[in-house]
Amino acid sequence: MREVAIVAFAQTRHTGHDTGLSEPELILPVIEEVKARTGLSRFGFTCSGSCDYLAGAPFSFVSALDAIGAWPPISESHVEMDGAWALYEAWVRLQHGDVDTALVYGFGKSSQGDLRAIMTLQLDPYYLAPLGLDQLSYAALQAAALGAGRDELDAIARRSRADGRRNPYALDLPDDLPGGSPVEPLKESDVAPLTDGAAAVVLAAGDRARELCANPAWIAGIAHRIEPHYLGLRDLARSPSTADAARAAGVGKGPVEVAELHAQFTHEEPILRRALDLPDSTVINPSGGPLAANPVMATGLIRIGEAARRIHDGAARRTVGHATSGPCLQHNLVTVLEA
Amino acid sequence: MSDPLTAEHVLEFPGGYTRSTGPVIGRFLTELRAGRIVGTRTAGGRVLVPPLEYDPATGDPVTGEYVEVGPAGTVTACAWVAEPRPEHPLDRPFAWALIQLDGADTALVHAVDAGNPKAVRPGTRVWPVWRGERRGHITDLSCFAPEVTRIVSPVRVPYTLRAGGALGVFLEGIRRGVFIGGRCASCGKVYVPYRLSCPQCGVAIGERVELPDTGTVTTFAINNLPDPRAPEVPFVSAYVLLDGADVPLIALVGGIPAHEVRQGMRVRAEWVPESERTASMANIRWFAPTGELDVEL
Repeated sequence: MREVAIVAFAQTRHTGHDTGLSEPELILPVIEEVKARTGLSRFGFTCSGSCDYLAGAPFSFVSALDAIGAWPPISESHVEMDGAWALYEAWVRLQHGDVDTALVYGFGKSSQGDLRAIMTLQLDPYYLAPLGLDQLSYAALQAAALGAGRDELDAIARRSRADGRRNPYALDLPDDLPGGSPVEPLKESDVAPLTDGAAAVVLAAGDRARELCANPAWIAGIAHRIEPHYLGLRDLARSPSTADAARAAGVGKGPVEVAELHAQFTHEEPILRRALDLPDSTVINPSGGPLAANPVMATGLIRIGEAARRIHDGAARRTVGHATSGPCLQHNLVTVLEA
Repeated sequence: MSDPLTAEHVLEFPGGYTRSTGPVIGRFLTELRAGRIVGTRTAGGRVLVPPLEYDPATGDPVTGEYVEVGPAGTVTACAWVAEPRPEHPLDRPFAWALIQLDGADTALVHAVDAGNPKAVRPGTRVWPVWRGERRGHITDLSCFAPEVTRIVSPVRVPYTLRAGGALGVFLEGIRRGVFIGGRCASCGKVYVPYRLSCPQCGVAIGERVELPDTGTVTTFAINNLPDPRAPEVPFVSAYVLLDGADVPLIALVGGIPAHEVRQGMRVRAEWVPESERTASMANIRWFAPTGELDVEL
């Protein structure tokens, strides 16, 4: 495998409301920030992750290229997924050996539509989508299948909010948890907040990475695995695809100091923690995680970026970034980063 | 006025998006239209419901064998929707559930019309509720419902009661604003309402006595369920021992917050205006505190 590292990471100051910025306007500052940090203005490969259904317009991701500067023509790709999978594609592209740098970004404005209903559109169109099974409803089924204690879940919500308040990029959510229950057993505080935002990462290979960054966050392992889509075919209390991806990425080959988990609901954290086999000593989501800011389609990429940031600033030697896609943790990507 | 800098837009496929089903899902939906639920059997012998074309465990095509399952099943996990959304299958609170139909090895996701969240939990047995007109769609199953374990039997029989005898005498007194009791010649006890015999001695009571409309609360209950005879909820029903009587009378107590009513409290009957009086206990609105010192019982 070719050595590839994350050499720069930037994210917006996420908002819980629509500021009125267009998508290119939203991503422009983070693209400029990673360009400034690396001194690069052109990249060997560019890949983005977003979802047209968030804006409700076909090929809306194409307009985002206005923020990149795609002339003369660039080598570019897009995934209709979280930006974490764009990062995976870029990592694979760098394995080809003919280019040394890649720009990855993800963005989303959940504020423009009804996320609960938009997420129904990802479900199979024969058995699930016609029932109107919305995002909170299927998440509540998974929470019920797990049956975690209320105290444990509330503690996760409080910790995430407290960490988020210390993170200038995350939302400022109060310590007092809201009491409403949209779909039992979920409480409002178990659900990630609606968020607009974007993030960008620069990958570089080998010596190019060492030139561009004092402490590159080397991708020691990266893998993703998927499970059957239909909820009734799975044991929703477990995440075997996360466990498989963790094994393939080599999570267990050394101690994990920090893990950033793409848990959009409190109950997903204990499921992921168990699947990744993380000890109590691993710090989970010091950024506040998705429960403090959830710019859909950038949230997973931000997990990897936050895990890289701990290595860039010398705070950690070995971290894990996790991203998920699909209903009830159907598809999981695990990245191991090392100093 | 709406904000001129915002605009609404809707993404929609007018008339819906047409999708082919393929042979396996098509068979399942065709069976649903006929009122049956089927699964496919995998090479390993597992029955997948709803059916898939491939065994998710191995990726191998499923066998061509279709197995009728259910119609009943067992809930394995559920979530309660207190506020249904327009796109949900039911317009009243309901549960989402994973339902393992009898004979299936996987669970079906559907709605359960359970009435309240306590009526559905893992282990609850549920049966399908079919749509009136079926068309080969997952919503041909309107929802599932718990097994029938009880029915409601309405009972209503009207009666006419006539107050003759002792009760007639008592109510005639009430019409005049007087409590009429009876004194037993044998034991000396004064009973109110008036009665024709002493329940203790078994002898006829001849002597009528008129009692004052003041008395003492001996015991009481605070009622939180509405009653047509009470003016409000909560209301207090009490035993009132009229002065000079040996047995208490049951009556409403009012004119005081329910939590302040106490044993030994002195009360007086509050009569409706003379012009509205009839031979009915409705003549007495309630007993209200007199303000005297409480009595040691």
